[in-house]
Amino acid sequence: MEVLKIATAGSVDDGKSTLIGRLLYDTKSLTDDKLEAIERNSKKKGYDYLDFSLATDGLVAEREQGITIDVAHIYFSTRKKSYIIADTPGHVEYTRNMVTGASQAQASIILIDARKGVIEQTYRHFFINNLLRVKHVIVAVNKMDLVDYDQSVFENIKTDFEKLNAQSSYAEQEVTFIPISALKGDNVAQKSDTMPWFKGESVLDYLEALKPGQEEQTAARFPVQTVIRPKQDEFHDYRGYAGKIYGSSLKVGDAVTVLPSLTSSKIKTIEFFDQKYDEAVAGSSVTITLEDDINITRGDVLVKSDEVPQSSKSLTAAVCWMDGKALVPGAKYEIQHNTNRILAKIDSVESVIATDYSGEDSSKNQLTLNEIGKVNFKLSKNLFYDTYADNKAGGSFILIDTQSNTTAGVGFIG
Amino acid sequence: MSTILKTNALESEAIYIFREVVAQFENPVLLFSGGKDSITLVRLAQKAFYPAKIPFPLLHVDTGHNFPETIEFRDKLVEELGLNLIVRHVQDAIDEGKVTEETGKYSSRNMLQTTTLLDAIEEFKFDACIGGARRDEEKARAKERIFSVRDDFGQWDEKNQRPELFDLLNGKIEIGQNVRVFPISNWTELDVWSYIEKEKIEIPSIYFSHKRKTFVRDGLIWSASKYVYREEDEEVLERIVRFRTVGDMTCTAAVESEADTIARIVSEIKTSTISERGARIDDKRSEAAMEKRKQQGYF
Repeated sequence: MEVLKIATAGSVDDGKSTLIGRLLYDTKSLTDDKLEAIERNSKKKGYDYLDFSLATDGLVAEREQGITIDVAHIYFSTRKKSYIIADTPGHVEYTRNMVTGASQAQASIILIDARKGVIEQTYRHFFINNLLRVKHVIVAVNKMDLVDYDQSVFENIKTDFEKLNAQSSYAEQEVTFIPISALKGDNVAQKSDTMPWFKGESVLDYLEALKPGQEEQTAARFPVQTVIRPKQDEFHDYRGYAGKIYGSSLKVGDAVTVLPSLTSSKIKTIEFFDQKYDEAVAGSSVTITLEDDINITRGDVLVKSDEVPQSSKSLTAAVCWMDGKALVPGAKYEIQHNTNRILAKIDSVESVIATDYSGEDSSKNQLTLNEIGKVNFKLSKNLFYDTYADNKAGGSFILIDTQSNTTAGVGFIG
Repeated sequence: MSTILKTNALESEAIYIFREVVAQFENPVLLFSGGKDSITLVRLAQKAFYPAKIPFPLLHVDTGHNFPETIEFRDKLVEELGLNLIVRHVQDAIDEGKVTEETGKYSSRNMLQTTTLLDAIEEFKFDACIGGARRDEEKARAKERIFSVRDDFGQWDEKNQRPELFDLLNGKIEIGQNVRVFPISNWTELDVWSYIEKEKIEIPSIYFSHKRKTFVRDGLIWSASKYVYREEDEEVLERIVRFRTVGDMTCTAAVESEADTIARIVSEIKTSTISERGARIDDKRSEAAMEKRKQQGYF
């Protein structure tokens, strides 16, 4: 079945958990025992409504404080699709978790409280969806029941939001506005008759119609994860390159170039388990063998010979910083780009980018936790890369702290 | 006619994760319980490295209170696929005085497994332990990363997890640390069963409807066994049951079911109003039972 990954961002007050709970409830994805646990714990806390956040906020610290700290993954399915929701926190101090959730998402839901309209948090959510180039954004104007389902409230918010959209760095993004009441279920799983003036679809109907697999075809990239050498008589000279295909399909007979060695060959076979195929689409984990016996190791990338990307010993990227220790010029990090790791040095921090579209500040020369900035890197080796706008897999990387080993940041090559 | 591989996104993701484990770690191991999730992991590992053999051993932490059907099945699978199986026994940790057997009505060796697991990790210097936990099982598991770093006490620092972006898995660790890896994190119970059906994967007989001597406590159906404490007034009856999830006898409750084929199991799960872990006695200890166990090194 088709899988759609969605990210939601917002605080408990926006009704994010209620929306997720409503989606689960209306698609009959909440089993009786889970529902009873929510009822029991809601009652215990003295609430007179069902608090669905008790089902999604999985950590004790989250339930204590009534906030979402880390990404939770929630699953539901319809006859058409399986859905995976990455439920991310909305507070500024958890921006890194929001970026993490959005990095997996094919669609994103931004919640706005109809009574409050577009607020600072909305700016940040949208900014991150621009930066990560999440193709589909649903702006769900929630709590319409509390403003008497008034069309003008919805239209005003839409107008405000479109001013933001004019500043977006991702013009091809598809932004859809839907007025909802998560509490009452209006326009969540079903179209509601409380807002006859709204001609669009419900949130679920919109998601059901998306076909993420068929869009965003970019140049094919095949980062080699590991080399398969069975060392059995039957497969004596077998040498298969195991990896996942990104961008677009690869076919048997395709002329390919190996990065970074720039040696060329042709695809001899595309294998998956004990079957051979003529073609495999993007997203497939396969094993590829080549016509020629050339030296390939983990970290190398196979590309079509007429689609070789640029290479350089330096690069500039937008970086979202995720570590308590600030990013400063001169510091060395390991860059993990696809399956390759190379050492990199921070050359300079060009600017810190405000997530509220108010511009860039080039006076600071460092990035602190949860900040996003433009950073120049010097690389220890020549690296072949794409820009993130051209190719998500070839244009993104993580920064690994060589002392703590933690993932300290993520970069989007500009 | 040309053949095009149509990808199953979840299968492809799991295979990708297996390959990252083998590439990034020196000494991985697959934690094998004999349950359907770990059996599914074995099939995925087979696919990930074919035509080579699965390049890591299986570790079974044996509580000594297993369903005999699970052990039989385990040994058959290992023999058929030519796998390397390591078994470590909770009984040994009890005999050595490292842990004390629980007593009383709800006594179980479920918690004691953690010590045996951590000892085995130390003994074999495993740096990556691959497990079949899924995020849809339980709300603390919903917070778990694909690569989850544990310190040398096996502890999970849930408030300070490594960010995981795109497919970029970071398995770098210090000596003494290890990583728990969950290739089927994003699968639901139904996904697992549908996969077992499609792939015709064999599973232990206790998953299918059968007659069993059982008793009812707290609304759950417990197996009558010498390992399971039973009060005198808890009456044993033969019931037609099956298991949806398989831990050991002391922590796994049965469900009444007539489902005797995979297809029937799949349709039963589609219409079920109770979640899979609704029959796990070990989760009922408190609302944060799973989070607490994970902090201490449980898988």
